[in-house]
Amino acid sequence: MFFRVAFLVLRKDFAIEIKSREILYTTLLFAVSCVLVFAFALVKEGEAPPDAAPAILWIAIMFAGTLALGRTFERERYGETLRALLLAPAPRPALYVGKLLGIVLLLGVAELVLVPLVAFFFLAPFFAKPLLMTLLLAAGTIGFAAVGTLFAAMLMRVRTRDVLLPILLYPITVPVIIGGVRGTAALLASPADEAMATMWLAILAAFDVVFITLSLWTFEVLMTE
Amino acid sequence: MNDDFDSVRLTDVSRHFGRRRALARLSLAIRTGDVLGLLGPNGAGKSTLLGMVATLVAPNTGEVIYGDRSAQRWGPALRRHIGLLAHELHLYAELTARQNLTFFAELYGLNPRDVVDAALERAGLADRADDEVGGFSRGMRQRLALERALLHRPRLVLLDEPFTGLDDRSVSAVADRIRRLAADGGIVLLATHDLDLADGLVTRVALIREGRLLSDEPASTGLRGRYREVVGR
Repeated sequence: MFFRVAFLVLRKDFAIEIKSREILYTTLLFAVSCVLVFAFALVKEGEAPPDAAPAILWIAIMFAGTLALGRTFERERYGETLRALLLAPAPRPALYVGKLLGIVLLLGVAELVLVPLVAFFFLAPFFAKPLLMTLLLAAGTIGFAAVGTLFAAMLMRVRTRDVLLPILLYPITVPVIIGGVRGTAALLASPADEAMATMWLAILAAFDVVFITLSLWTFEVLMTE
Repeated sequence: MNDDFDSVRLTDVSRHFGRRRALARLSLAIRTGDVLGLLGPNGAGKSTLLGMVATLVAPNTGEVIYGDRSAQRWGPALRRHIGLLAHELHLYAELTARQNLTFFAELYGLNPRDVVDAALERAGLADRADDEVGGFSRGMRQRLALERALLHRPRLVLLDEPFTGLDDRSVSAVADRIRRLAADGGIVLLATHDLDLADGLVTRVALIREGRLLSDEPASTGLRGRYREVVGR
């Protein structure tokens, strides 16, 4: 029942997004704009500043993720549909898992555009170690989305949720951003420091496990008014 | 352990939101066959009470017992027996009527083929089944939301202003539906401001003001007079 409900929530979000494409387009537009602004500001005469690419990639992911989180839960606020989901005869953390998977997939699609874009503008060899790079992106995205999904759900009934979400989210996800940036920078070094990248990947994976466990544990209590 | 219940009992339940008191030491018991009208002015605590019985709002003190167990002891299985039609309609505007009902049917572990077409027929929306709900009138959405809430044939039916936006014919149909639900062994809690509609429909009346239960009595005709007498406005 748990995974069936998580899948149903994911499929429902996907069906709505396929129809409206609202979140995907706004997230992509925002992320691409973010990268372009950095490119115009930092790239001079075709020369990108060294070590800028990992930071810009992760900043774009983080900002785009915040936007996607807000919009995804705004949809559940309209018509108070989250309350209807909470009434389903399944463990309530299943709803969290469904929402989390949706955000992760959406950010994954955004990253399919962002990674080549940053690689192009900042001459960053992201694809030199494709497996490690993919794992770093996956672990970082899951960590950011795990915390963000919990906070976005918690703040749904708060009037100042758009302001509060980044205020709460960014300090707690600082380890994710540091891990992502450092791990990616290690992969971009010449020669690539795979041991360092693997260490940051392990830290990100530990963060994911801790925060997903905490979220599953607290979701029901936090969602009961 | 019994997988069903025939009564819901609230014992001394209180709920505060910050400094605002929504419910104060309220006790009620509802049994199968009852259509309990929750009546009171705006802000009386009716919606909070429905939310609490629906397990969405936790009481600060007191408890809600379903049959012989609290919601905590029931676990998620309890929610299979609860249907809530809230003021906000719990429908996805971007999805069609059929997609909404299919999603909620699957969420309750039902086969959509067994229930969705019949629900659309009852809602009078069979010919609009594949239209997006966002384009529906309030009355159409209200009828669809009622069917969504009753899709899984819940024992406990919680209705918050179910007649909002309905035309005369739909009001009669919904009133008949509520009577049938109670006759079939349902427990119905109906929060409404419409005393004329409640008159003759509810079997018991709970009059609430400022979170306090002023009166819990069998329904009699002349509900408006009784309401003025007890609630005072």
